[in-house]
This record gives sequence, C-alpha cells and structure tokens, in this order.
Amino acid sequence: MLDPPRTMSLILEMQQMTKRYPGVLALDRVDFSLSAGEVHALAGENGAGKSTLMKILAGAIQKDGGEILLDGQRTKIDSPHSSLKNGIGMIYQDFKLVPELTVAENISLGNEPAHRGFIDFPQMQNTARSILEQLGENIDPSVTVKTLSVAQRQIVEIAKALSRKVRILALDEPTASLTEQEIQNLFGVIRKLKSDGVGIIYISHRLDELFEIADLITVLRDGTVVGTSSLHETNKAKLIQAMVGRSLEEEYPKIQLQRQNELLSVEDLNTPKLKDVSMTLYRGEILGLAGLVGAGRTELARAIFGADRVHSGTMWLLQKAFTPRSPKDAIAAGIGLLTEDRNLQGLILQMTLSENISLASLQRLTQGLFIDRTKEKAAAGEFMRKLQIKAPSAETVVDTLSGGNRQKVILGRWLMTKSKVLIFDEPTVGIDVGVKYEIYNLINQLAKDGVGIMVISSDLPELLGICDRIAVLCDGRMTGTLSRKEATQEKILRLATEFS
Amino acid sequence: MLSKILDRFGLGIALALEAIIFAVLSPYFFTTDNLLNVSLQISITAIIAVGMTFVILTAGIDLSVGSLVAVVGVVSTILLKADFPFVLSLLLSLVAGIALGTFSGSVAGAFITRFNISPFIVTLALMTIWRGAAFVVTEGRPVWDLPEAFSLLGGGRTLGVPNPTIIMAVVFVLAHVVLNRTRFGRYVYAIGGNAEAARLAGINTRRVVTQVYMISGSLSALSGILLASRMNSGQPNSGLMYELDVIAAVVVGGTSLFGGRGSVAGTFLGSMLIGVLRNGLNLLNVGSYVQQVVVGVVILLAVLLDQWRKK
Repeated sequence: MLDPPRTMSLILEMQQMTKRYPGVLALDRVDFSLSAGEVHALAGENGAGKSTLMKILAGAIQKDGGEILLDGQRTKIDSPHSSLKNGIGMIYQDFKLVPELTVAENISLGNEPAHRGFIDFPQMQNTARSILEQLGENIDPSVTVKTLSVAQRQIVEIAKALSRKVRILALDEPTASLTEQEIQNLFGVIRKLKSDGVGIIYISHRLDELFEIADLITVLRDGTVVGTSSLHETNKAKLIQAMVGRSLEEEYPKIQLQRQNELLSVEDLNTPKLKDVSMTLYRGEILGLAGLVGAGRTELARAIFGADRVHSGTMWLLQKAFTPRSPKDAIAAGIGLLTEDRNLQGLILQMTLSENISLASLQRLTQGLFIDRTKEKAAAGEFMRKLQIKAPSAETVVDTLSGGNRQKVILGRWLMTKSKVLIFDEPTVGIDVGVKYEIYNLINQLAKDGVGIMVISSDLPELLGICDRIAVLCDGRMTGTLSRKEATQEKILRLATEFS
Repeated sequence: MLSKILDRFGLGIALALEAIIFAVLSPYFFTTDNLLNVSLQISITAIIAVGMTFVILTAGIDLSVGSLVAVVGVVSTILLKADFPFVLSLLLSLVAGIALGTFSGSVAGAFITRFNISPFIVTLALMTIWRGAAFVVTEGRPVWDLPEAFSLLGGGRTLGVPNPTIIMAVVFVLAHVVLNRTRFGRYVYAIGGNAEAARLAGINTRRVVTQVYMISGSLSALSGILLASRMNSGQPNSGLMYELDVIAAVVVGGTSLFGGRGSVAGTFLGSMLIGVLRNGLNLLNVGSYVQQVVVGVVILLAVLLDQWRKK
C-alpha cells in the first residue's frame, strides 16, 4: 500500500506516536493524518493500537513520544479538556450520556447556557433542536435519553460533540448494535458532517461498511502502521491479510454438513415479545436467526433457554415435551446459550478461567459435599487446549482475557455440560478477524459432531457465510425460513421488514 | 515481588505490626491471658461477621444483625425461665432462638429475591422491627434471674479457652470450608460477581441468596444467645450498632462491598485488627472517646491499603 497524494488540507497530523506500557509497546512510531471533510478509517485487530491512539488524541492518556499537529501547528493535548478545547470529539461504544437527563440537557452537559448563574432552559432546547435538525434528525430534545433507542442515543452523542464546535470526530465501532436502516441513517449523518468539513476517524471491525463510508484506511498491527490506502485501491482480502498478517483462504469457512434427525421443535410460542413462533432445529445443522434489532431473536433464544416467561406454546426436545422453567432446567436438558453480552450476562469476570468453565457443571464435579478441584482443573484444562484459549493457565482470572478468548471460555462451559443445542447470540461481536475464523471453525466442528446450532447475528454476510438455513423474524413473528441456496441479503431484508 | 507479598499477607502484616507496637508499649499485651481476652471480646461480633461475609460476597448487606442479637437474647432468656427441667428449657431456648434468626433471614431473602427490594431497605426495616419487638416482649425491662448454669455457655471456659472463642473458631473453619470447597460457596462468589450470568449458568440464584441471609440470621442469633449468657440476662438494648462494627470488620478484611471478592479468613484478620486495636488502647488507658476516633481512622487506612494493592 502506498500513501496516496491528498489535495485537501491536513487538519490533524499525529507523527511518530509512541506509547509504552509495562511489557508492551502499544504504539511504535505510528503516523496518522486526517484532512477536513475526509472519513479516515482505522482498522486492526484488538490490541493493534487503535484505542491507544484514540485515547492519546482524546487526552485520556499521555504519549511517550511523537508530535501532534493541528492545522500544522504543534499542539499539546494533555487532558480530555484540552482535547475538547481543540475541537476533537470522541464517541465511544459505551456512550457517555446520562440516561435520566433529557436530550437537550445531555447535549449541553458541562456547557449549559446560563443567565446570572441560572440555566437558560429555552436557549438549551433551541440549541439542541437546531443541531439535531442540522443533522436531519427528528428527536425531541425534551425527552429523557433513557427512552431513546441505541441509534438515537448515538445521534445525540454526535449532536453533543457538534455543540462544542468539533472539527475532528472519532467514532469507535458506531454500528455495533445498529440495524441496517439505522446504519444507513448514520451514514447519512456522516456524509453531512463531511460536507461541512468535519474530519472523521472511523473505527470498525465490519470491513464491508468501510468500503461504503470511508475514503482512506490505515491498518494497524501490533502497534505499528501496516499501511494507509485509499479504499478504491484495496479489497477485503487485502485488508484482512494486512490486519492479521497472514492470508485467510476465505472469510467464512463452510463445511458440508449432513443434517440428521429432528432435535428441537417449537410450536406456536407466545411471550410478551413473540407471536406464534414455530421453528425446528435438526442435529448437525447451523440455523441462522435473522431480523432487525428488537424483532425478537434474543427473546426466542431466551425462551428456549428458560430465561424468560412463556405465555403459551409447546416445545419438543428429541420428541419429548420440553418446558424449561429456568435456565437450570434448560441446561439439564442439554441447551446452552452464549449471550450477546459476554461480560454482563456470561462471565464472572473476577473468577478464574477454570471456575468459569465449570460453573454450569459443578453438580457432576462434586464428590459428597465438596467440589473435586483436581477433577475440575483437569476438565477445564482439557477444554482450554481443545478450544485453544490463550491464557497463562486455567487459574488465570478471565478479566484479563481478550474478547475472543472470553467467548471461548463460555463455549467451554457449554461443552462441559455436553449441550445438544447451542445458541450463539452475536457470536463474533467485538472479536478479531483471526479469532472469528477460529470460532466459525469450532461451530462447524460442533455441528459435525451432531450438535444443533442456532446463530443469531445482525451481520448478514456472517449468517449467509456460515448457516445451512436462515429463519427470519420480524416484529416477534417468524416471517420465513430460507435455505442456504436461496438466501440472499435482499430476501432476508424483505422478510425482516415485512410488517414495517 | 513486594506487591505480591503485600497482596497476599498485607492484612496479616498490618496485624503483626499492630501487635508488635502494643507489645512494646505494654508488657501485659503478649500474655496468654490477654490474647484469650481479645479473642473473647471479638467473638460475639466476629461470629456475626462470618454471616455478614456471606451476605456481602453476594453484593448484599444485612443491617438487622444487631437487633436480632437483642430480640433473640430476650426471647431465649424468657424461654429459659419456662417451667421445665433445665436441660429441656435450655434446648428449647437455643432451638427457638436460632430458629427466630433463621426465620428473619428467610423473610429478608424472600423480600429481596421475590420482590426485588434492595437488601439495604429490607434489612433496615427488619432492624427496626426486631429492635421494637425486643422492647415490646420485655416491656423495656431486662430479663433477669436466669438459671446459674446458663452463664457457663458464654462465660465458661473449656480447657482454659473461653467457650465463645471455641465456638467462633468452629464457625470460621466451617465457613471457610463451605465457601471454598462446596458448590454453595462457589455459587455465592458467582452471584456476587455477576448475578445475571450466574442465573444464566443454571444457578438458582434466589435460593442461594435466601440461604445466605438465613446463615447471617442464624449466626446473629447464635451470638445473641452467647451475649445473653455472658451478661446472664436478656437485654432489649443489647447489640446496638453491631451491624456497623460487623460491616467494618468484613470490609477491613478485604471483602468488596460490590460482591464476588473476599474471604472469611480476611474477616477474621479484620476482626482481630480492630479487636487488638481496642484492647491495646485499653491497656494504654486511652479513653473510649479517643478510641472511637482511632478505630475510625484505622478503618479508613485499612480500606485505603486495600484499594491501593488492587492497583
């Protein structure tokens, strides 16, 4: 990759950025620059140095070497305050909004218009309204933020940044939990900002969308720049190769699976979120669950897992009636759920790898009154090897593991319970390209061994890449099931929006 | 290396330093008599602190312990005076006392797990209820004239060791084994670390949380009986502010108020640290008002040390 010539003026130059942590060089003489009205993507695996670079720009941490130039002027950014003062805005994955305050209050938080010490609320509302209108968004500034969708909250974050006259805006994984429609909307806002001359730094794991929205891409690996290129001059395979440092034959490994007997069937399931949902899962197949956010995919998974109340409907597991009243029942019957939020709903972060893996299998590991800890460690160690979990030992606290390894720990938990049905909710969110590939291979291997797999994903190429069949939900109802041959993005989207 | 040693033995080192200082300042400090005396003095609250450790490990709190000490104390002593042979009435008073504490814990557990009310509020209400009940059943007067033999339970010694010290030791060892070796103990840590994840791993979180409050209630009741025995009377105003002393011991012992992190071994050291401090200050004739201030400062320092070593 070569550095393309750029005619626009550079508003930001980060030169030779270096950051050292005990034992690692997080950034090693990294160069990164941004022009006005340009979307510059930053890609790389977790730990490549993207967030470190952004944290330096945001003033959250201090660089150990290098220079930052704004409009060609050497500038010192030594605190979040000085970063903001210099027109730099950051939008993190976990928003920094106060849910109990209104949209207008959030937008002007820390910057409230005031008269003689009292907040000028009408002025605050007007400012908020005009910024939101400028973004082409129809959000009422007087509602509390907690009533907004994730996508709307993101717009409020952007509005908040714009209210501070931001010229450089960094977005970290902005589409992670957005639907296709919301993503397009966000892209509209980004294009508007571009035309206003705002420089945008865009971080995302989803390579497809980079081709749609970004002008330039810089790939980082192990704290160094692999290259910078125009997106017209590169392709996905080249980018993946740059990111992981080796080539992957293809993004989604797919093996031929032999579908076996019926494993799980759901008939006319009704919950507060689901209406008359029926579906069947066979042994040895990978069934995708597609739909927009809020369509009821997670709710279906949780109902099968006994985590939520079911109003009516019947379920059959291996031809036997199956009515789980709690996750405990479902686990005993052979169901495993890998939740979307691994940290909040999956792992006990302060426990060790071994304790997390064995958590659902302690009954089997108990001898008399006591847990057989030797047996426990041996069993956990076995899954650690099988799943290639990268950690110093089975006694490592999971808090210190990366996203991919955390996902493998939970998978280990469900392998230890000998699950017959495994439900993966957004299995690769926040996971590096290289580890994603490993996870797909593990899913394939499990299906081959006769496990029935359900995969919920908002990433359509992922579903199309790994599933044998794809069932589509819309507004709590099952709108169709497509075989691997017939499924396309367009068909899935049509089914996913049938009622809207 | 140094940080690792501090991390593992920090509290023990602090306790040793404290003991050395007092030993230098007072020749009486390091005598067997005095050390047994310290263990006797901490035993009542330390036994409650074991139950509190379970509760705090699940990210809960139990404010009702002090009032339970009082209500169980008076109820047991009233039953003790019933017109039965002594052994029978002793048995009755012990069983009823412990049952009352356990019942209180199950009520707390039910409100917390079934109606999702915060443990702070539920146990605050129980604290008021039991304190009031202790005064109602005694009409505000202490229960006197107990059988002589009853005072042996909390006031007697076995092989020279005060009975409450022995009971405390047994409680700590049992609790340590339960927390570290049994499924129940593992679940306590898991729930405190992440209750939703624990539920989704198939743990009956409601049952475990309720049991934890029952343990706290029954150990408070045990302490209430021991205290009544030591005072040879049932006092409706006994156990005042015990909840705070107990929470202090647990927190100084390194158990996180956010749950999931801590141990009963730590709670023992925390209880000892505060107990030795009080004892030493007494030996040096420091007034009780100044003692309060010193104990408060030490609690702050101990928690600060704990924060510091976590980094």
